Amino acid sequence: MSKKSVKASKEASSAALDFTSAFVYDPAPESSSHAEIKPQYELFINGKWVKPSSNKYFNTISPSTEKVLSKIAEANEADVDLAVKAARNAYEKVWKNMPGKERAKYIYRIARLIQERAREFAVIESMDGGKPIRESRDVDVPLAAAHFFYYAGWADKLEYAFPGKNPTSLGVAGQIIPWNFPLLMAAWKIAPALATGNTVVLKPAETTSLTALKLAELFQDAGLPPGVVNIVTGAGATGAAIVNHPDIDKIAFTGSTDVGKIIQKAIAGTGKKATLELGGKAANIIFEDAPLDQAVEGIVNGIFFNQGHVCCAGSRLFVQEGVADVVIRKLKDRMESLQVGDPMDKNTDVGAINSSEQLKKINEYLKIGVNEGAEMYQSSCKIPSKGFFCKPTLFLHTSQSHRVVQEEIFGPVLAVQTFRTVDEVIEKANNTPFGLSAGVWTDKGSKIFSLTTKMKAGVVWANTYNKFDPASPFGGYKESGFGREGGLHGLLPYLQLN
Amino acid sequence: MATTKPTRKPAATPIKTTEVQSNGNGSVKSDRIGVLKTYKIFINGQFPRTESGRYYSLKLKDGSAVNMCLSSRKDIRNSVVAARNAQEKWAEKTAYNRSQILYRIGEMLETRSAQFIAELVSLGSSAAAAKTEVETAVDRLIYYAGWCDKYNQIFSSVNPVSSSHFNFSSTEPVGVVGMIAPESSALLGLISIIAPAIASGNTVIVLASESKALAAVTLSEVIHSSDVPAGVVNILTGKRSELAAQFSTHMDINAVYVNTNDAALKKQTETDAALNVKRARVEGEQNWLDESTQSPYRIMDYLEVKTTWHPIGI
Repeated sequence: MSKKSVKASKEASSAALDFTSAFVYDPAPESSSHAEIKPQYELFINGKWVKPSSNKYFNTISPSTEKVLSKIAEANEADVDLAVKAARNAYEKVWKNMPGKERAKYIYRIARLIQERAREFAVIESMDGGKPIRESRDVDVPLAAAHFFYYAGWADKLEYAFPGKNPTSLGVAGQIIPWNFPLLMAAWKIAPALATGNTVVLKPAETTSLTALKLAELFQDAGLPPGVVNIVTGAGATGAAIVNHPDIDKIAFTGSTDVGKIIQKAIAGTGKKATLELGGKAANIIFEDAPLDQAVEGIVNGIFFNQGHVCCAGSRLFVQEGVADVVIRKLKDRMESLQVGDPMDKNTDVGAINSSEQLKKINEYLKIGVNEGAEMYQSSCKIPSKGFFCKPTLFLHTSQSHRVVQEEIFGPVLAVQTFRTVDEVIEKANNTPFGLSAGVWTDKGSKIFSLTTKMKAGVVWANTYNKFDPASPFGGYKESGFGREGGLHGLLPYLQLN
Repeated sequence: MATTKPTRKPAATPIKTTEVQSNGNGSVKSDRIGVLKTYKIFINGQFPRTESGRYYSLKLKDGSAVNMCLSSRKDIRNSVVAARNAQEKWAEKTAYNRSQILYRIGEMLETRSAQFIAELVSLGSSAAAAKTEVETAVDRLIYYAGWCDKYNQIFSSVNPVSSSHFNFSSTEPVGVVGMIAPESSALLGLISIIAPAIASGNTVIVLASESKALAAVTLSEVIHSSDVPAGVVNILTGKRSELAAQFSTHMDINAVYVNTNDAALKKQTETDAALNVKRARVEGEQNWLDESTQSPYRIMDYLEVKTTWHPIGI
């Protein structure tokens, strides 16, 4: 990328900060020389790299350059069956009976190895997925390591988690993860499964397989017994083969509500347990008494973090009328200062959209929003000619019935509404089939807790947004899914309470 | 049997319990014409007949029969509206208050033990079994009454996150729960599924046992006189085969419980639940007398965990 300059938009008011003369960012690219990406990846089954029985491979590309990074094996039903058999075998012969304190040590090793190879993981995550290197480096990779470290310690302490119960493992867990946080979601799935004594067949998303495959290399380095974790790559058909495999005891899925419903139907009557972490359309609510500058940072973090590819993104903004004008003005100013572009540049705030398919979907919603009569505002940034990019976008003057308010866009697109009273905003915020998360901004403590208890959502951030931690349970109400991941509560979906 | 044959069709003979009930101490022979009871359903704290105007005949042990409402899908929809309207206020009551209300149901049930025992006998139980069932049902209510203000301390957590935030996870009721009660248990099964669901602030719509619906109607009367707000518990009588799908497909029901050994019904329920990502819990017949069927984890079945982040700073 060439030099980027940030220009104050003509539309922004005179209070806008003038970056034109002062701020010109030089490129600060992260080197990719440290990251080893093989030209081709096989399936990771029973501790070994196995060729797909179909001998089919698909390309994984960098969404910021559209260059092919590697070829990835496509697993079919036969391959999934092989992986499930390996997982079953490892469960029965090794993992189920291994004392918790020994299981723990393997999981601790994984955490330590991720920390050791953090830079490599961060670089590959940004190359393969398009997220800014600053985020991969400071959020995804450290949190992934922390997640393994947190759950490792639970492995020999499970009887303390559920009073009066004797928890036991379920067996083989089939896990299907999305492309928005590839390594972190793998950690969210694998760490609690292993700590609770289950074995795993995991499928990464087809556009972001690389860090999961790198994680497999690291399992080998950790000496994890063969078959305890198996990684099968592929698209929807591979996922369906996992969901429908008769010898899988538990399905853990993170992804869209539509696919979640298909999975819930598919496993009906089979006795398989499920955790579904699905879509969201979170309300981010700004009251008149909120610290406004802080709130604007929270709005930006809520919707533009990870290009808005976040199921808990604060994609519906509710601003109390008295401060609406000033908040929107400050927000537009702040959007002007966002660096949009090369994910590998350490200054970048908003990277590449994960795939051309996703960019197409976002662009369709931009059209829908305009056609429905909302006012679209985009920052004046230049976006690279190559790769998949979307300017940070606001839709102003939206109402509850707009599709950009109702539906999950999964991109850097914020629908803005105003409100007058507390009751009104509670009603509007909860008026959605989703219920994953919410944000509340006010200086008044009692108001915070009044609001947070009334939000029908599994995670509520007060005067902050998009914070994650391995000790903090995460998951949705209503059509945002069920079951929790993270914390003590994240153990339950992987256990039978006897 | 007193000569109390009703003149209207299809009403039937009153059960002997009316005699027991009338003086609480055995039957009294009399030439008086008895007053027959109309068995109705319980929606929003009221006792309407089914809007469908249909009935089914419930045969009793002595050969007589009573008419029960054959509830319709519309009755379920009406119940869901009532349950939804009641849910938020019920959940907002203090845990101590909900605890006392569940305890009150237990008190009311205890004082009407004789009627329930007689009804269970008329439904086929032995006198001894009926007595045990009613006593256990009362005890079960007291058990769950005690949990109302305690389970959240067991299931909640303060989470030691690595940033400057106070972070805690607390439970909330899932909302409106549709329940298909155990077919083989007239009273105890009903109490055993309703109590843990309402203990946390959920509201319920329950389809009573088809073949043992008598006690469910009487339980409605107990609930009605126990300070349970209207709409918190709604009890319908009717046929599973007609109504089960309405529970699992209704888009404003958050969780569904079905007691069945029928694999096809289990599969259908879980399939339908996907329409709005309902929480579905299907379990087989239980021995409800066994204490293992009472547990705070049955309360947990109808809870959501909410995690709240709050910054720590000046």
